[in-house]
Amino acid sequence: MQETILMKGNEALAEAAILAGCRHYFGYPITPQTEIGAYLSKRMPEVGGVFLQAESEIAAIHMVYGASCAGKRAMTSSSSPGISLKSEGLSYLAGSDLPALVVNVQRAGPGLGGIQPSQSDYMQATRGGGHGDFRNIVLAPASVQEMASLTQRGFDLADEYRMTAMILSDGTIGQMMEQVTLETPVPKLVEKPWALTGTGGKREKNIVTSLYLSPKELEEKNLTRFARYKLVEERETDYEAFCMEDAEICLIAYGISARVSRNAVSAARAKGIRAGMIRPITLWPFPSAALKQAAKTVKHFLSVEMSMGQMMTDIELAVRCTRPVTLVSHVGGVIPTPEEVLLAIERAAEEAAV
Amino acid sequence: MKEQKNTTQQVLIAGFGGQGVLFLGKLIAHAGVLLGKNVTWLPSYGPEMRGGTANCAVILSDEPIGSPIVSEPDVLIAMNLPSLTAYQPRVCAGGEIIYDASLVHESPAREDVTVRALPATRLATEAGMDGLSNMILLGAFLSDCLHLTQEQLRQALEHTVPAHKAHLIEANLHAIAIGKHELALAGQNATVRTERPRRAG
Repeated sequence: MQETILMKGNEALAEAAILAGCRHYFGYPITPQTEIGAYLSKRMPEVGGVFLQAESEIAAIHMVYGASCAGKRAMTSSSSPGISLKSEGLSYLAGSDLPALVVNVQRAGPGLGGIQPSQSDYMQATRGGGHGDFRNIVLAPASVQEMASLTQRGFDLADEYRMTAMILSDGTIGQMMEQVTLETPVPKLVEKPWALTGTGGKREKNIVTSLYLSPKELEEKNLTRFARYKLVEERETDYEAFCMEDAEICLIAYGISARVSRNAVSAARAKGIRAGMIRPITLWPFPSAALKQAAKTVKHFLSVEMSMGQMMTDIELAVRCTRPVTLVSHVGGVIPTPEEVLLAIERAAEEAAV
Repeated sequence: MKEQKNTTQQVLIAGFGGQGVLFLGKLIAHAGVLLGKNVTWLPSYGPEMRGGTANCAVILSDEPIGSPIVSEPDVLIAMNLPSLTAYQPRVCAGGEIIYDASLVHESPAREDVTVRALPATRLATEAGMDGLSNMILLGAFLSDCLHLTQEQLRQALEHTVPAHKAHLIEANLHAIAIGKHELALAGQNATVRTERPRRAG
Protein backbone atom coordinates (compact mmCIF):
# COMPACT_ATOMS: atom_id res chain seq x y z
CA MET A 1 0.00 0.00 0.00
CA GLN A 2 1.21 3.47 -0.85
CA GLU A 3 1.74 5.91 2.00
CA THR A 4 -0.43 9.00 2.19
CA ILE A 5 1.62 12.08 3.02
CA LEU A 6 1.19 15.84 3.28
CA MET A 7 2.87 17.68 0.47
CA LYS A 8 2.78 20.99 -1.33
CA GLY A 9 1.20 20.87 -4.78
CA ASN A 10 4.41 21.99 -6.45
CA GLU A 11 6.47 19.34 -4.65
CA ALA A 12 3.96 16.57 -5.34
CA LEU A 13 4.10 17.47 -9.02
CA ALA A 14 7.89 17.32 -8.96
CA GLU A 15 8.05 13.95 -7.21
CA ALA A 16 5.37 12.56 -9.54
CA ALA A 17 7.49 13.59 -12.52
CA ILE A 18 10.39 11.54 -11.16
CA LEU A 19 8.10 8.57 -10.53
CA ALA A 20 6.89 8.90 -14.13
CA GLY A 21 10.45 8.42 -15.32
CA CYS A 22 11.34 12.02 -16.07
CA ARG A 23 15.09 12.52 -15.64
CA HIS A 24 15.46 15.87 -17.42
CA TYR A 25 14.27 19.11 -15.88
CA PHE A 26 15.20 22.53 -17.22
CA GLY A 27 13.77 25.65 -15.62
CA TYR A 28 14.17 29.14 -14.32
CA PRO A 29 12.73 30.24 -10.96
CA ILE A 30 9.58 32.32 -10.65
CA THR A 31 6.94 32.63 -7.92
CA PRO A 32 4.65 30.76 -7.29
CA GLN A 33 6.23 27.61 -8.73
CA THR A 34 9.84 27.85 -7.55
CA GLU A 35 9.40 24.82 -5.26
CA ILE A 36 9.27 22.59 -8.36
CA GLY A 37 12.82 23.50 -9.34
CA ALA A 38 14.04 23.61 -5.75
CA TYR A 39 12.69 20.11 -5.11
CA LEU A 40 14.10 18.67 -8.32
CA SER A 41 17.49 20.25 -7.72
CA LYS A 42 17.76 17.91 -4.73
CA ARG A 43 15.98 14.87 -6.16
CA MET A 44 17.31 14.67 -9.72
CA PRO A 45 20.93 14.03 -8.67
CA GLU A 46 19.68 11.29 -6.30
CA VAL A 47 18.06 9.39 -9.19
CA GLY A 48 20.81 10.05 -11.71
CA GLY A 49 18.79 12.70 -13.54
CA VAL A 50 19.55 16.18 -14.78
CA PHE A 51 18.44 19.35 -13.03
CA LEU A 52 19.56 22.41 -14.88
CA GLN A 53 18.73 25.99 -14.02
CA ALA A 54 18.92 27.65 -17.41
CA GLU A 55 19.93 31.24 -18.07
CA SER A 56 16.36 32.07 -19.06
CA GLU A 57 12.93 30.57 -19.64
CA ILE A 58 13.57 30.57 -23.40
CA ALA A 59 16.77 28.60 -22.96
CA ALA A 60 15.03 26.15 -20.63
CA ILE A 61 12.28 25.18 -23.04
CA HIS A 62 14.76 24.74 -25.87
CA MET A 63 16.75 22.40 -23.64
CA VAL A 64 13.50 20.45 -23.26
CA TYR A 65 13.31 20.44 -27.06
CA GLY A 66 16.79 18.96 -27.23
CA ALA A 67 16.19 16.28 -24.62
CA SER A 68 12.90 15.37 -26.27
CA CYS A 69 14.63 15.05 -29.66
CA ALA A 70 16.81 12.42 -28.01
CA GLY A 71 13.68 10.51 -26.96
CA LYS A 72 13.84 11.44 -23.28
CA ARG A 73 10.99 12.43 -21.01
CA ALA A 74 11.69 16.10 -20.33
CA MET A 75 9.90 18.94 -18.60
CA THR A 76 10.03 22.59 -17.73
CA SER A 77 7.92 24.67 -15.37
CA SER A 78 7.19 28.33 -14.92
CA SER A 79 4.48 30.82 -14.11
CA SER A 80 2.57 33.12 -16.44
CA PRO A 81 5.21 35.70 -17.54
CA GLY A 82 7.71 32.88 -17.90
CA ILE A 83 5.30 30.87 -20.04
CA SER A 84 4.97 33.82 -22.41
CA LEU A 85 8.74 33.67 -22.82
CA LYS A 86 8.47 29.97 -23.57
CA SER A 87 5.89 30.46 -26.30
CA GLU A 88 8.48 30.27 -29.07
CA GLY A 89 9.58 26.89 -27.75
CA LEU A 90 5.98 25.66 -27.48
CA SER A 91 5.51 26.43 -31.16
CA TYR A 92 8.75 24.70 -32.17
CA LEU A 93 7.93 21.61 -30.09
CA ALA A 94 4.55 21.42 -31.84
CA GLY A 95 6.08 22.00 -35.29
CA SER A 96 8.55 19.20 -34.65
CA ASP A 97 5.94 16.85 -33.16
CA LEU A 98 7.93 16.45 -29.96
CA PRO A 99 6.49 15.28 -26.64
CA ALA A 100 7.11 17.54 -23.64
CA LEU A 101 5.60 18.41 -20.29
CA VAL A 102 5.24 22.11 -19.52
CA VAL A 103 3.88 23.33 -16.20
CA ASN A 104 2.23 26.72 -15.74
CA VAL A 105 1.43 27.59 -12.12
CA GLN A 106 -0.53 30.70 -13.03
CA ARG A 107 -0.19 34.12 -11.43
CA ALA A 108 -2.05 37.28 -12.25
CA GLY A 109 -1.28 39.28 -15.39
CA PRO A 110 -0.92 40.78 -17.87
CA GLY A 111 2.71 41.84 -17.92
CA LEU A 112 4.61 41.15 -14.74
CA GLY A 113 1.21 41.40 -13.04
CA GLY A 114 1.30 40.03 -9.51
CA ILE A 115 2.28 36.83 -7.77
CA GLN A 116 -1.12 35.82 -6.43
CA PRO A 117 -3.15 33.00 -8.02
CA SER A 118 -4.94 33.49 -11.30
CA GLN A 119 -6.42 31.59 -14.24
CA SER A 120 -5.94 34.24 -16.85
CA ASP A 121 -3.71 32.17 -19.15
CA TYR A 122 -6.66 30.01 -20.24
CA MET A 123 -6.75 31.20 -23.84
CA GLN A 124 -2.97 31.15 -24.16
CA ALA A 125 -2.86 27.55 -22.92
CA THR A 126 -5.87 26.08 -24.73
CA ARG A 127 -5.14 27.74 -28.09
CA GLY A 128 -1.53 26.62 -28.25
CA GLY A 129 0.22 29.69 -26.93
CA GLY A 130 2.59 30.34 -29.81
CA HIS A 131 2.53 31.11 -33.51
CA GLY A 132 1.13 28.64 -36.00
CA ASP A 133 -1.72 26.14 -35.84
CA PHE A 134 -1.29 23.86 -32.88
CA ARG A 135 -2.75 22.67 -29.62
CA ASN A 136 -1.41 21.46 -26.30
CA ILE A 137 -3.16 18.91 -24.16
CA VAL A 138 -4.08 21.08 -21.17
CA LEU A 139 -4.63 19.36 -17.82
CA ALA A 140 -6.13 21.28 -14.89
CA PRO A 141 -5.40 19.86 -11.43
CA ALA A 142 -7.79 20.85 -8.62
CA SER A 143 -5.91 19.16 -5.78
CA VAL A 144 -2.42 18.22 -4.69
CA GLN A 145 -3.32 14.63 -5.61
CA GLU A 146 -4.10 15.72 -9.16
CA MET A 147 -0.89 17.76 -9.35
CA ALA A 148 0.75 14.35 -9.09
CA SER A 149 -1.61 12.15 -11.09
CA LEU A 150 -2.14 14.57 -13.99
CA THR A 151 1.61 15.11 -14.30
CA GLN A 152 2.01 11.39 -14.79
CA ARG A 153 -0.89 11.27 -17.26
CA GLY A 154 0.62 14.27 -19.04
CA PHE A 155 3.89 12.47 -19.73
CA ASP A 156 2.02 9.45 -21.11
CA LEU A 157 -0.24 11.56 -23.32
CA ALA A 158 2.67 13.65 -24.58
CA ASP A 159 4.56 10.54 -25.65
CA GLU A 160 1.52 8.85 -27.16
CA TYR A 161 0.42 11.80 -29.29
CA ARG A 162 3.83 13.44 -29.79
CA MET A 163 2.74 16.81 -28.44
CA THR A 164 3.12 19.08 -25.44
CA ALA A 165 1.03 18.33 -22.38
CA MET A 166 0.61 21.38 -20.22
CA ILE A 167 -0.31 21.32 -16.55
CA LEU A 168 -2.35 24.50 -16.08
CA SER A 169 -2.37 25.06 -12.33
CA ASP A 170 -2.46 28.17 -10.18
CA GLY A 171 -0.66 29.65 -7.19
CA THR A 172 -3.10 28.23 -4.67
CA ILE A 173 -2.96 24.62 -5.81
CA GLY A 174 0.82 24.92 -6.19
CA GLN A 175 1.42 26.40 -2.74
CA MET A 176 -1.11 24.48 -0.66
CA MET A 177 -0.40 21.26 1.19
CA GLU A 178 -2.84 18.41 1.42
CA GLN A 179 -2.81 14.65 1.50
CA VAL A 180 -1.38 12.88 -1.51
CA THR A 181 -0.72 9.25 -2.32
CA LEU A 182 2.19 9.02 -4.71
CA GLU A 183 1.89 6.07 -7.03
CA THR A 184 4.70 4.65 -9.05
CA PRO A 185 2.91 4.37 -12.36
CA VAL A 186 3.77 1.98 -15.13
CA PRO A 187 4.55 4.50 -17.87
CA LYS A 188 2.92 3.71 -21.18
CA LEU A 189 5.86 2.52 -23.19
CA VAL A 190 5.84 4.29 -26.50
CA GLU A 191 8.39 3.44 -29.14
CA LYS A 192 10.19 6.53 -30.39
CA PRO A 193 11.66 5.39 -33.72
CA TRP A 194 11.93 9.05 -34.74
CA ALA A 195 14.28 9.98 -31.88
CA LEU A 196 17.84 11.13 -32.44
CA THR A 197 19.67 8.35 -30.69
CA GLY A 198 22.54 7.76 -33.07
CA THR A 199 22.26 5.51 -36.12
CA GLY A 200 25.13 3.26 -35.08
CA GLY A 201 25.72 3.05 -38.82
CA LYS A 202 22.73 0.69 -39.04
CA ARG A 203 19.88 2.91 -40.20
CA GLU A 204 19.04 6.05 -42.08
CA LYS A 205 19.47 9.16 -39.99
CA ASN A 206 16.42 10.69 -38.34
CA ILE A 207 15.62 14.36 -38.78
CA VAL A 208 13.59 16.35 -36.27
CA THR A 209 12.63 19.77 -37.59
CA SER A 210 9.82 22.29 -37.78
CA LEU A 211 11.11 23.78 -41.04
CA TYR A 212 9.27 22.77 -44.21
CA LEU A 213 9.80 25.16 -47.09
CA SER A 214 7.47 23.33 -49.45
CA PRO A 215 3.91 24.57 -48.82
CA LYS A 216 2.42 21.24 -49.89
CA GLU A 217 4.62 19.31 -47.52
CA LEU A 218 3.96 21.77 -44.67
CA GLU A 219 0.21 21.60 -45.26
CA GLU A 220 0.39 17.81 -45.11
CA LYS A 221 2.32 18.04 -41.81
CA ASN A 222 -0.35 20.33 -40.34
CA LEU A 223 -3.21 18.11 -41.51
CA THR A 224 -1.59 14.97 -40.12
CA ARG A 225 -1.07 16.77 -36.81
CA PHE A 226 -4.70 17.84 -36.67
CA ALA A 227 -5.85 14.30 -37.45
CA ARG A 228 -3.95 13.32 -34.32
CA TYR A 229 -5.55 16.18 -32.36
CA LYS A 230 -8.93 14.78 -33.41
CA LEU A 231 -7.99 11.46 -31.83
CA VAL A 232 -7.05 13.29 -28.63
CA GLU A 233 -10.44 15.02 -28.60
CA GLU A 234 -12.24 11.70 -29.06
CA ARG A 235 -10.26 9.68 -26.55
CA GLU A 236 -8.76 11.92 -23.90
CA THR A 237 -11.42 14.47 -22.92
CA ASP A 238 -11.95 14.26 -19.18
CA TYR A 239 -14.10 15.98 -16.58
CA GLU A 240 -15.69 15.42 -13.18
CA ALA A 241 -19.44 15.78 -12.69
CA PHE A 242 -20.50 16.85 -9.19
CA CYS A 243 -24.19 16.79 -8.16
CA MET A 244 -25.19 16.84 -11.84
CA GLU A 245 -27.93 14.14 -11.80
CA ASP A 246 -30.82 16.62 -11.59
CA ALA A 247 -28.94 19.91 -11.84
CA GLU A 248 -30.73 22.96 -13.23
CA ILE A 249 -27.91 25.39 -12.47
CA CYS A 250 -24.57 24.14 -13.71
CA LEU A 251 -21.25 25.65 -12.65
CA ILE A 252 -18.24 25.15 -14.88
CA ALA A 253 -14.97 25.63 -13.02
CA TYR A 254 -11.45 24.21 -12.90
CA GLY A 255 -8.52 24.34 -10.50
CA ILE A 256 -8.93 26.51 -7.40
CA SER A 257 -12.19 27.95 -8.77
CA ALA A 258 -13.62 24.43 -8.78
CA ARG A 259 -12.65 24.00 -5.12
CA VAL A 260 -14.52 27.19 -4.25
CA SER A 261 -17.46 26.20 -6.46
CA ARG A 262 -17.73 22.84 -4.76
CA ASN A 263 -18.48 24.62 -1.46
CA ALA A 264 -21.02 26.84 -3.22
CA VAL A 265 -22.80 23.88 -4.86
CA SER A 266 -23.02 22.08 -1.50
CA ALA A 267 -24.40 25.23 0.15
CA ALA A 268 -26.93 25.67 -2.66
CA ARG A 269 -28.04 22.04 -2.35
CA ALA A 270 -28.52 22.61 1.38
CA LYS A 271 -30.92 25.41 0.43
CA GLY A 272 -32.82 23.14 -1.95
CA ILE A 273 -31.37 24.62 -5.15
CA ARG A 274 -30.57 22.05 -7.80
CA ALA A 275 -27.02 23.12 -8.49
CA GLY A 276 -24.21 21.00 -9.89
CA MET A 277 -20.77 21.37 -11.36
CA ILE A 278 -18.91 20.09 -14.37
CA ARG A 279 -15.21 20.41 -13.65
CA PRO A 280 -13.06 20.13 -16.76
CA ILE A 281 -9.96 18.04 -16.04
CA THR A 282 -8.82 18.55 -19.61
CA LEU A 283 -9.26 22.17 -20.73
CA TRP A 284 -8.10 21.16 -24.18
CA PRO A 285 -9.80 19.08 -25.27
CA PHE A 286 -12.69 20.88 -23.56
CA PRO A 287 -15.58 18.64 -22.42
CA SER A 288 -17.93 20.22 -24.96
CA ALA A 289 -19.99 17.06 -25.53
CA ALA A 290 -20.71 16.75 -21.80
CA LEU A 291 -21.85 20.38 -21.67
CA LYS A 292 -24.00 19.98 -24.78
CA GLN A 293 -25.63 16.96 -23.15
CA ALA A 294 -26.12 18.85 -19.88
CA ALA A 295 -27.74 21.74 -21.74
CA LYS A 296 -30.74 19.48 -22.40
CA THR A 297 -31.74 19.73 -18.75
CA VAL A 298 -29.67 22.57 -17.29
CA LYS A 299 -31.39 25.96 -17.37
CA HIS A 300 -28.46 28.22 -16.63
CA PHE A 301 -24.67 27.86 -16.76
CA LEU A 302 -22.21 29.79 -14.61
CA SER A 303 -18.59 30.13 -15.66
CA VAL A 304 -16.61 30.47 -12.43
CA GLU A 305 -13.12 31.49 -13.44
CA MET A 306 -10.29 33.80 -12.36
CA SER A 307 -10.19 35.45 -15.77
CA MET A 308 -12.42 37.82 -17.70
CA GLY A 309 -14.62 35.26 -19.41
CA GLN A 310 -11.93 33.36 -21.28
CA MET A 311 -13.45 29.97 -20.43
CA MET A 312 -16.99 31.32 -20.81
CA THR A 313 -16.35 31.50 -24.56
CA ASP A 314 -15.80 27.75 -24.67
CA ILE A 315 -18.96 27.12 -22.65
CA GLU A 316 -21.03 29.25 -25.04
CA LEU A 317 -19.54 27.41 -28.00
CA ALA A 318 -20.27 24.04 -26.38
CA VAL A 319 -23.93 24.79 -25.64
CA ARG A 320 -24.31 26.74 -28.91
CA CYS A 321 -25.70 29.66 -26.85
CA THR A 322 -28.91 27.70 -26.22
CA ARG A 323 -28.73 28.50 -22.51
CA PRO A 324 -27.67 31.63 -20.68
CA VAL A 325 -24.09 31.59 -19.44
CA THR A 326 -23.15 34.00 -16.65
CA LEU A 327 -19.61 34.94 -15.76
CA VAL A 328 -18.62 34.77 -12.08
CA SER A 329 -15.08 35.98 -11.88
CA HIS A 330 -12.30 37.70 -10.06
CA VAL A 331 -8.96 38.65 -11.51
CA GLY A 332 -5.69 40.19 -10.43
CA GLY A 333 -4.98 37.52 -7.81
CA VAL A 334 -8.35 37.76 -6.04
CA ILE A 335 -10.06 34.42 -5.41
CA PRO A 336 -13.87 34.21 -5.52
CA THR A 337 -15.47 33.28 -2.20
CA PRO A 338 -18.00 30.46 -1.88
CA GLU A 339 -20.51 33.04 -0.61
CA GLU A 340 -20.42 35.15 -3.76
CA VAL A 341 -20.60 32.09 -5.99
CA LEU A 342 -23.62 30.95 -3.97
CA LEU A 343 -25.19 34.37 -4.52
CA ALA A 344 -24.71 33.97 -8.28
CA ILE A 345 -26.30 30.51 -8.09
CA GLU A 346 -29.29 31.94 -6.21
CA ARG A 347 -29.74 34.71 -8.78
CA ALA A 348 -29.56 32.22 -11.63
CA ALA A 349 -32.09 29.98 -9.86
CA GLU A 350 -34.49 32.91 -9.48
CA GLU A 351 -34.17 33.76 -13.16
CA ALA A 352 -34.63 30.13 -14.15
CA ALA A 353 -37.81 29.94 -12.07
CA VAL A 354 -39.43 32.92 -13.87
CA MET B 1 -14.07 25.94 22.42
CA LYS B 2 -14.39 22.19 22.43
CA GLU B 3 -12.70 19.74 20.14
CA GLN B 4 -14.73 19.34 16.97
CA LYS B 5 -16.04 15.94 16.00
CA ASN B 6 -17.45 15.06 12.58
CA THR B 7 -17.15 18.56 11.31
CA THR B 8 -14.82 21.13 9.88
CA GLN B 9 -12.34 23.19 11.83
CA GLN B 10 -10.80 26.25 10.23
CA VAL B 11 -7.68 27.77 11.75
CA LEU B 12 -5.87 30.96 10.80
CA ILE B 13 -2.37 31.59 12.13
CA ALA B 14 -0.74 34.97 11.63
CA GLY B 15 2.31 36.87 12.78
CA PHE B 16 5.67 38.22 11.65
CA GLY B 17 7.86 36.29 9.25
CA GLY B 18 10.35 34.31 11.36
CA GLN B 19 7.99 33.61 14.27
CA GLY B 20 7.27 30.12 13.04
CA VAL B 21 3.78 30.84 11.77
CA LEU B 22 3.98 28.43 8.82
CA PHE B 23 5.64 25.76 10.96
CA LEU B 24 2.89 26.01 13.55
CA GLY B 25 0.31 25.55 10.79
CA LYS B 26 2.14 22.58 9.35
CA LEU B 27 2.26 20.91 12.74
CA ILE B 28 -1.51 21.32 13.15
CA ALA B 29 -1.98 19.95 9.62
CA HIS B 30 0.17 16.89 10.36
CA ALA B 31 -1.76 16.36 13.59
CA GLY B 32 -4.97 16.41 11.56
CA VAL B 33 -3.63 13.70 9.29
CA LEU B 34 -2.77 11.54 12.32
CA LEU B 35 -6.37 11.98 13.50
CA GLY B 36 -7.59 10.66 10.17
CA LYS B 37 -8.92 13.99 8.94
CA ASN B 38 -8.78 15.60 5.54
CA VAL B 39 -6.36 18.49 5.73
CA THR B 40 -5.39 21.58 3.77
CA TRP B 41 -2.61 24.03 4.61
CA LEU B 42 -2.32 27.23 2.62
CA PRO B 43 0.46 29.76 3.26
CA SER B 44 0.61 33.39 2.33
CA TYR B 45 3.43 33.45 -0.19
CA GLY B 46 3.71 37.11 -0.99
CA PRO B 47 6.80 39.29 -0.65
CA GLU B 48 5.61 39.88 2.92
CA MET B 49 7.15 36.47 3.75
CA ARG B 50 10.53 38.16 3.78
CA GLY B 51 10.27 39.98 7.07
CA GLY B 52 6.72 41.29 6.99
CA THR B 53 3.54 39.56 8.05
CA ALA B 54 3.05 35.89 7.40
CA ASN B 55 -0.06 33.81 7.74
CA CYS B 56 -1.37 30.38 6.94
CA ALA B 57 -4.77 28.78 6.80
CA VAL B 58 -5.35 25.22 8.00
CA ILE B 59 -8.56 23.26 7.55
CA LEU B 60 -9.20 19.93 9.27
CA SER B 61 -12.34 18.11 8.22
CA ASP B 62 -14.07 14.75 8.17
CA GLU B 63 -15.55 15.73 4.79
CA PRO B 64 -13.73 16.35 1.51
CA ILE B 65 -12.42 19.93 1.66
CA GLY B 66 -13.52 22.34 -1.04
CA SER B 67 -11.87 25.73 -0.85
CA PRO B 68 -8.64 25.78 1.20
CA ILE B 69 -9.14 29.47 1.92
CA VAL B 70 -10.16 30.42 5.44
CA SER B 71 -12.20 33.61 5.50
CA GLU B 72 -14.02 33.02 8.79
CA PRO B 73 -11.74 31.05 11.11
CA ASP B 74 -13.02 29.04 14.05
CA VAL B 75 -9.67 29.68 15.68
CA LEU B 76 -7.27 32.59 15.22
CA ILE B 77 -3.74 32.29 16.55
CA ALA B 78 -2.32 35.82 16.46
CA MET B 79 1.38 36.31 17.13
CA ASN B 80 1.48 40.09 16.77
CA LEU B 81 -0.80 43.12 16.99
CA PRO B 82 -1.28 43.72 13.25
CA SER B 83 -2.49 40.12 12.90
CA LEU B 84 -4.92 40.42 15.79
CA THR B 85 -6.25 43.72 14.47
CA ALA B 86 -6.62 42.44 10.93
CA TYR B 87 -8.21 39.09 11.60
CA GLN B 88 -10.19 39.28 14.84
CA PRO B 89 -13.31 40.65 13.12
CA ARG B 90 -13.36 37.55 10.91
CA VAL B 91 -13.38 34.95 13.70
CA CYS B 92 -16.78 33.29 13.75
CA ALA B 93 -19.01 33.82 16.77
CA GLY B 94 -18.29 31.18 19.39
CA GLY B 95 -14.79 30.73 18.02
CA GLU B 96 -11.49 31.27 19.78
CA ILE B 97 -8.65 33.75 19.68
CA ILE B 98 -5.28 32.69 21.05
CA TYR B 99 -2.61 35.39 21.10
CA ASP B 100 0.82 36.27 22.39
CA ALA B 101 0.18 38.72 25.22
CA SER B 102 3.89 39.52 25.48
CA LEU B 103 3.74 41.23 22.10
CA VAL B 104 0.11 42.27 21.95
CA HIS B 105 -0.91 44.69 24.65
CA GLU B 106 -4.43 45.33 23.42
CA SER B 107 -7.20 42.90 24.32
CA PRO B 108 -9.41 41.66 21.51
CA ALA B 109 -12.65 43.63 21.31
CA ARG B 110 -14.72 40.55 20.60
CA GLU B 111 -16.98 39.34 23.41
CA ASP B 112 -18.56 36.43 21.56
CA VAL B 113 -15.41 34.32 21.35
CA THR B 114 -13.13 32.56 23.79
CA VAL B 115 -9.97 34.55 24.31
CA ARG B 116 -6.70 32.98 25.44
CA ALA B 117 -3.96 35.47 26.18
CA LEU B 118 -0.62 33.79 26.81
CA PRO B 119 2.61 35.71 27.39
CA ALA B 120 4.24 33.27 25.02
CA THR B 121 7.37 35.21 24.14
CA ARG B 122 8.15 35.92 27.81
CA LEU B 123 7.49 32.30 28.82
CA ALA B 124 9.75 31.06 26.03
CA THR B 125 12.55 33.42 27.06
CA GLU B 126 12.21 32.47 30.75
CA ALA B 127 12.50 28.81 29.80
CA GLY B 128 15.60 29.53 27.72
CA MET B 129 13.71 28.71 24.55
CA ASP B 130 13.71 31.91 22.54
CA GLY B 131 11.90 31.36 19.27
CA LEU B 132 9.52 28.73 20.58
CA SER B 133 6.67 31.08 21.47
CA ASN B 134 4.78 29.48 18.59
CA MET B 135 4.90 26.12 20.37
CA ILE B 136 3.66 27.69 23.60
CA LEU B 137 0.64 29.05 21.74
CA LEU B 138 0.20 25.61 20.18
CA GLY B 139 -0.05 24.20 23.70
CA ALA B 140 -3.12 26.38 24.23
CA PHE B 141 -4.58 25.32 20.89
CA LEU B 142 -4.08 21.64 21.71
CA SER B 143 -5.71 22.07 25.13
CA ASP B 144 -8.79 23.79 23.76
CA CYS B 145 -9.31 22.79 20.18
CA LEU B 146 -7.52 19.61 19.14
CA HIS B 147 -6.81 16.79 21.51
CA LEU B 148 -3.78 14.65 20.74
CA THR B 149 -2.12 11.92 22.73
CA GLN B 150 1.51 12.56 23.67
CA GLU B 151 2.49 9.90 21.13
CA GLN B 152 0.48 11.57 18.35
CA LEU B 153 2.02 14.91 19.23
CA ARG B 154 5.50 13.45 19.02
CA GLN B 155 4.68 11.85 15.67
CA ALA B 156 3.27 15.12 14.32
CA LEU B 157 6.51 16.86 15.35
CA GLU B 158 8.61 14.15 13.74
CA HIS B 159 6.70 14.67 10.49
CA THR B 160 7.07 18.45 10.63
CA VAL B 161 10.58 19.07 11.95
CA PRO B 162 13.21 18.70 9.24
CA ALA B 163 15.72 15.90 9.84
CA HIS B 164 18.62 18.26 10.55
CA LYS B 165 16.62 19.85 13.39
CA ALA B 166 15.35 16.61 14.91
CA HIS B 167 17.33 17.38 18.09
CA LEU B 168 14.89 20.23 18.77
CA ILE B 169 11.85 17.96 19.12
CA GLU B 170 12.28 17.65 22.90
CA ALA B 171 12.46 21.42 23.28
CA ASN B 172 9.32 21.77 21.18
CA LEU B 173 7.49 19.25 23.36
CA HIS B 174 8.61 21.12 26.46
CA ALA B 175 7.36 24.44 25.08
CA ILE B 176 4.00 22.89 24.19
CA ALA B 177 3.75 21.56 27.75
CA ILE B 178 4.45 25.07 29.10
CA GLY B 179 1.61 26.43 26.97
CA LYS B 180 -0.78 23.77 28.22
CA HIS B 181 0.25 24.38 31.82
CA GLU B 182 -0.14 28.15 31.49
CA LEU B 183 -3.61 27.69 30.08
CA ALA B 184 -4.61 25.40 32.92
CA LEU B 185 -3.44 28.06 35.41
CA ALA B 186 -5.24 30.87 33.63
CA GLY B 187 -8.28 28.77 32.85
CA GLN B 188 -10.71 30.53 35.14
CA ASN B 189 -9.74 33.95 33.87
CA ALA B 190 -10.55 33.25 30.24
CA THR B 191 -13.43 35.17 28.77
CA VAL B 192 -16.33 32.79 28.60
CA ARG B 193 -18.25 32.95 25.39
CA THR B 194 -21.64 31.92 24.16
CA GLU B 195 -22.56 28.64 22.56
CA ARG B 196 -20.54 27.52 19.58
CA PRO B 197 -22.38 28.02 16.33
CA ARG B 198 -22.69 25.31 13.73
CA ARG B 199 -20.74 25.73 10.51
CA ALA B 200 -22.05 24.87 7.11
CA GLY B 201 -19.97 22.73 4.74
